[in-house]
Order: sequence, then C-alpha cells, then structure tokens
Amino acid sequence: MTDYLDGNVLAGPLREVFGVDLTTAGTRCVGCGQAAHVAELRVFTDAPGIVARCSGCDNVIMRLVRTPDAAWLDLRGTTALRVPLG
Amino acid sequence: MDTRTETASARTLVLDVPGWPGHLAGQHVDVRLTAADGYTAQRSYSIASPADGDHLELLVQLVPGGEVSPYLVEGFSIGDAVEIRGPIGGWFVWNPATSGEPVLLVGGGSGIAPLMAMVRARRAAASRTPFRLVYSVRAPDQVIYADELVRQSADGLDVTLVHTRLAPPGSTRPAGRIGVEDLGRPTGSAPDCFVCGPTGFVESVADMLVGLGHDPARIRTERFGPSGG
Amino acid sequence: MAPFTPGFLGRDRSADTTLPPGQYLTHDFPVLSAGPTPRIPLDRWEFTVMTEAGVVRRWSWAELLALPSETPTVDLHCVTKWSKLSTDWEGVSLDTLLGDVDTAADYALVRSYGGYTTNLPLEDLLDGKAWIAYRYDGEELPSEHGGPARLLIPHLYLWKSAKWVRGIELLIEDEPGFWESLGYHNYGDPWREQRYQGD
Repeated sequence: MTDYLDGNVLAGPLREVFGVDLTTAGTRCVGCGQAAHVAELRVFTDAPGIVARCSGCDNVIMRLVRTPDAAWLDLRGTTALRVPLG
Repeated sequence: MDTRTETASARTLVLDVPGWPGHLAGQHVDVRLTAADGYTAQRSYSIASPADGDHLELLVQLVPGGEVSPYLVEGFSIGDAVEIRGPIGGWFVWNPATSGEPVLLVGGGSGIAPLMAMVRARRAAASRTPFRLVYSVRAPDQVIYADELVRQSADGLDVTLVHTRLAPPGSTRPAGRIGVEDLGRPTGSAPDCFVCGPTGFVESVADMLVGLGHDPARIRTERFGPSGG
Repeated sequence: MAPFTPGFLGRDRSADTTLPPGQYLTHDFPVLSAGPTPRIPLDRWEFTVMTEAGVVRRWSWAELLALPSETPTVDLHCVTKWSKLSTDWEGVSLDTLLGDVDTAADYALVRSYGGYTTNLPLEDLLDGKAWIAYRYDGEELPSEHGGPARLLIPHLYLWKSAKWVRGIELLIEDEPGFWESLGYHNYGDPWREQRYQGD
C-alpha cells in the first residue's frame, strides 16, 4: 500500500533547514496551478527522501533528502513559496 | 519521565523538559533515540497536553515489532533522558487566544492525541468556544482518555463515540465505519474542522465534510501512517 | 553526536559479512514509493528504447512476453538499509532488448510510468546484469512492487531498479535521475556503500 501523509510531516525537516515553520507557507503547482499550503500537500515518506505532491495533479511540488551532512531541497514544482511573516 | 497506561496498546509519556518554550495545541515533537554505536531512530509524536511550563505529555501507540515505540513503552525507565525536538508544526493547531469559531474535531484511533491537546487547551483557557468531538475507535476498550472525555462532556464538550467493529452493550448505533450521520451538517456558525487519523480515515472524513457543506478551506487534516513504529 | 539513549539498541545491525556494509537483513518485502502507484492497462502498456539519434524501438506487452525470458535469483539491497536475499524473478534480459540497437551511447536514463527516472552507465544494463522483470516469486509482479514490469538491476542499490518501467533513453552525456539529482550517489554500488554523493 502506498499511503501518503500530509505536509505536516515536513514541519520538522524544513525547520531543521530554515529554522522556522514552513507548513503554513503557500505553494502553487507549476503543473496545474493549484494553490496549497505546504501542510496540505500529499507527502510520500516511504522512500529514499521525502516527496511532496500536488493533491490536484500529483505533480512533484517539493523533494527533500537528508544526507549525513547536508539537506538537499528541490522546490521546482512550486512557482513560489509564500512565507507568512509577522 | 513517567508513563501512564491508556489502553492495552497506548501509553502516555509524561516528560519534564527544562526550558520548554511552550507550544500550541496540535503540535508534535520529534523524538530521537541514539544507540551506543551512534545509530539513531526518530519518530514524531503528538503532544496531548496543553502548554503547561516544562510539562509535556505524548501519546505513544505501541507498534508490535516496531523499533521505537516498544522501547518508549517498555524499555524506558523513569528518569531516563530522551532527545526531543519541538514544538513542531504550525498548521494543525488551535489557539484559544485567536480563534473564536466553533470547532469540530474528528479523530480516528490514536489520532485523538492532538485533538485532546485542543480539548485540554480549551479547558485550561476556560474557553466557551463550542467544541464537538467525533471519535472513531474499533471497540470500547480502545477509547483513549475515556474517563476524561466523560468528565469534560459536562463542561460544554459534545462527544460522539463511533465504534467501527464492536459497539458497547445498549448502544443505539450499530458498529460500523464513520458516516455522514455521525458528522452532521454545519448549522448556525460553521466550525473550524480538525481531522486526524490514518490516511484512509482522514481521506473519507474530509470528503464527507466537504459533501456536507463544510468549507474545504476550514478543514485541516493530519494524516499519520504506518511508520516503522 | 547526541548523548546516547540508555538501553536503546534499534533494529538488528549485527555484522553480517554476506551483506553489503551498513545493511540489515529483512524477510518481508518493504514497499517504497515516491508517489501514487500508477495503474497501466496492459493493452496500453509499452516499453521503448530511444537511441541518441532519436530512433525508437517499441514493445507491446504481448511482444515483451513473447521474448525469451530468464529466471534470475538475486539479492536486493535498498539504500534505506534493508537487504532481501535470494529473490526469484522472471523477465527479459536487457541484452535481448538492446542487442540489435545501434548506439554509441555510454549512458542510459530509465523512465517510468508516473514520472520517475534513474540513470546509469549503459554497460551496467548489459552482459546479464539487468532485466525487465514481470514476475516475482512465481506470480505476476504486483503493482506495489512495480508491476506490470520493472527494471531489475540487482548489483546496484534498488532505487536503480525502476518500478513501472516505461522506457530507456540512450545518451551520450550522463543525466542524473530523480534521486541522483538530489544528493544520492550517481552510481550506487552497495558493496562500496555509495549511498550519497561523495561516498
């Protein structure tokens, strides 16, 4: 079974990189244009890395791999990341 | 560090975390265990307690054959130290100071934990916000926080228990999966909805809520999966 | 390093010299997936090989099954550290599929239904080292393990054995795949523990 989770599971890994919570940040899918908060993405974690996909079209929004000495982040599936401040 | 038995397979870990910065109801922590040879394993656990100084309660569901939960439930001794990171997550949270809307909580199994933090935060804040909890369990002996939920229902918390496999004697609702009749249509002031449980449960409940007329933008979900336990 | 947790052992990591370094033995078959499981009707399924000149060879499902098959028994090593030994497969050797393809390419980019990609040197697909596998353990390959057909290339970490394989592009220049472009090792030899870039 390939269950997915939601973007809440990205909170810890993204906070480790950026030091803030990014699950309330907004994304927009480059595939279908659907807007979603990071927390609302479909996230696959039973994999060599974490893959977050659009719930509308399954396009990959974000990928994260944690190696022993670095975090690799690919954000090319979102046109922008809107991070709420203040 | 102390533990409390909730059901046959669920334990509450009571932690004292010096310097804990506080948290919002619904947030989680990452617990990291490190073996003597440097091997590490990490799992996320929901905080079930409201902000209360250095005091933290986590709900741990025992995963038989798992790597972390059996250790936390059975291998841990009172007073042992454990590495905690958090609080984590800013989406699936309820803050009594900023939210006045009614709240509908829908939990499946151990998905009750972050919802319980919200119920407890409501009481701790002496909030009058209308709360309704629909809590799906397999059988009566699987109800986590049973006594506390009974006590709180006298305090303006509306609790509906849904038994999926075995209903208690005398129950008017036969055992069965959660359905639209358990959730109810939004009436009057529409609630903020928080749904937490296994992926399939969250999926079907969120679909039902949308079908009942709830605004998708006011449905927040937290799915948890069969991680390595 | 963090202080260790008293009494915590973690899963069995006993030094077993029959396994590549850092691996542990498992007897079940964990399902790893970076996305939803694609469902491909067999009457629409095809496998293609495209050369660097743009020449495309296609096999339908029936054509693939009509080719001579082999039944390799191989060990699997996943980069997430589990290994599974003596697994039984049936499929068509890449030697059969690539045998009369005219190419000067040194590299291959494997593409899957669902969008997954992985790259490897072309020579690693040849000489009896790789198959398009469609049966596992005497049964049709289940979709969660890559059915109807997956690449099977057991001498590299399992992420190279692309599930739901759809085709192979032969390339003059190497092109990193899904995980190879995000920190994982470009080649991925489990016996040299090439998990991450720089290993």
